Amino acid sequence: MSEAAPIPITSDLLAEAEQGASLWKDAWLRLRRNRLAVFGGIVIIIMTLFCLIGPWASPYSYEQQDLGLYASAPGARHWFGTDKLGRDQLTRIMYGGRISLSVGICATLVSLTIGVLYGAIGGYVGGKLDIAMMRIVDILYALPFTIFVILLMVFTRELASQFNLGAEWTLYVMFGAIGAVEWLTMARIVRGQVQSLRKQEFIEAAHALGLRKRRIILRHMIPNVLGPVAVYTTLTIPAVMLLEAFLSFLGLGVQPPLSSWGTLIKDGAELMEEFPWLLMFPAAFFSLTLFSLNFLGDGLRDALDVRASKD
Amino acid sequence: MPLLQVNDLRTYFHTRNGVVRAVDGVSFNIQKGETLGIVGESGSGKSVTCYSLMGLIPKPPGRIESGQALFDDVDLLHCRDSQLLKIRGKRISMVFQDPMTSLNPYMRIQDQLAEPLLIHEQLERKEAVHRAIRALEEVGVPDAARRIRSYPHEFSGGMRQRVMIAMALITKPELLIADEPTTALDVTVQAQILELIKKMQHELGTAVILISHDLGVVAGFCQRVLVMYAGRIVECAPTERLYYHPKHPYNRALQKSIPALQPKGADLYTIPGLPPDLSKPITGCAFVPRCEFAREICKSPVELTDVEPGHATACLRIQKGELELER
Repeated sequence: MSEAAPIPITSDLLAEAEQGASLWKDAWLRLRRNRLAVFGGIVIIIMTLFCLIGPWASPYSYEQQDLGLYASAPGARHWFGTDKLGRDQLTRIMYGGRISLSVGICATLVSLTIGVLYGAIGGYVGGKLDIAMMRIVDILYALPFTIFVILLMVFTRELASQFNLGAEWTLYVMFGAIGAVEWLTMARIVRGQVQSLRKQEFIEAAHALGLRKRRIILRHMIPNVLGPVAVYTTLTIPAVMLLEAFLSFLGLGVQPPLSSWGTLIKDGAELMEEFPWLLMFPAAFFSLTLFSLNFLGDGLRDALDVRASKD
Repeated sequence: MPLLQVNDLRTYFHTRNGVVRAVDGVSFNIQKGETLGIVGESGSGKSVTCYSLMGLIPKPPGRIESGQALFDDVDLLHCRDSQLLKIRGKRISMVFQDPMTSLNPYMRIQDQLAEPLLIHEQLERKEAVHRAIRALEEVGVPDAARRIRSYPHEFSGGMRQRVMIAMALITKPELLIADEPTTALDVTVQAQILELIKKMQHELGTAVILISHDLGVVAGFCQRVLVMYAGRIVECAPTERLYYHPKHPYNRALQKSIPALQPKGADLYTIPGLPPDLSKPITGCAFVPRCEFAREICKSPVELTDVEPGHATACLRIQKGELELER
């Protein structure tokens, strides 16, 4: 039995304690020590700023043509050269990045919302509902998804042209379509997490303390699921961007005159032998972003796993 | 009037392999400030009894088939959720077996300690944290004001159990249920934790139900002990009588199998056979197949009955005076 005299609680003691490191701050410190993740994070920030602010600094617009130039090589006036319609490649990469990044973020948000809700309900309620919900996921898993998305895109394109909807409509549909196929894994992850959490003693202890269900879910369940969800989210963004590029490459994604990195790569690939810079630059930007996102996701996973790193 | 009066509690689990009668007609009471021990081997229903009282039985598969648990005129088994929420964690609290997993790894100790105060006493956060620091000091965590900012993984097992005890006692409950609070700890820490519970009980006047399979722990700690076997209480007596004058053959067999009480070098005494399968109905005494004193009469139904003042047993032959057991 410790007989230590109680420490008087003074307000400056509390103030000092108040500044202690939070769990997220701890994770942040650990993340900062991971060089690859820091590199990834910085690249993503620069890339985002480049795509958002760049177009204002550029003297060209993405659809402005200078047919006389044809596909000119990189030079002083057009740093990354021009495409075969004489449009400035650098500007088109900036605009393409906007679309690629926003597809990545929006479609991931869609999949995040569906996946977390679906998984949490299944895991928390359990029983027959859970079994039914998970069998649905299994069935959807078994469908070839690319084909599903392609069908969806073709179908909505028909609709859009019939009702004279703008090109940005295909974009919205793409957010939804990609999000709708990417949520399955998220649902499984969250469901598994919630299910194992439900049996944890600290959840039982929380019940024994007289906490209400809502408080248990909000204060005890969600923070425990957040780590894996955050990690999987950062890893979903590149997957989604890749899917968008693939669709655009097939000519089903973003429609001209809009461009995404995927369409730029597609256009470049067609002229690869004569004008390699048309493929090289967008492909380099795209892979650099994907690498960075993956590095950041991996770093985040290591940083957020409190138990693995400290216990 | 006792603090808690449990009558004929039956908790069954409806599993694929049939109905498991985990708790099958348990009645007992506990007085204000009393210390009651519940002993029995694994699967005898000790924990399920207490989980039932706290409403922590997972349903399904669990179901409370019958019974009453009167706590201050409220039947814990059948009251509304809102009533239970007000009692649970405020007037009855619980310490769990494994301190390594009973704390939320993502929450600071202070937030977890303050939580009962925030929800049950509607304190301001700052005030609650003050109280939490004081509670942590009382359970002997050094440098509490600083350590309260840490996360559970920064505490050792013994320290975490102290935190659990502080959390359970922070609302000054009238009843503390400790479900094998020392099983996961090593021996020196065990003694400290038991001392601590004793000290806190003395200060707050809390009644304690201590669940254990360690007869030694219970002997040194409790005033009265229940012995459970196969979901039923087979004996109930003041600690000393239970240990020195066992009435029920099962209790006697338990006492005989304590290794420390046996001569060195001799074969350890074990109870022959295995505990019964609780998914099959048992009439009469559940200990019959393993009991050296069993007769035909033992297969007829039996009630827990006082054979001496304050000493009840569920052995028919003892009740009829046919059998006299020596320790």
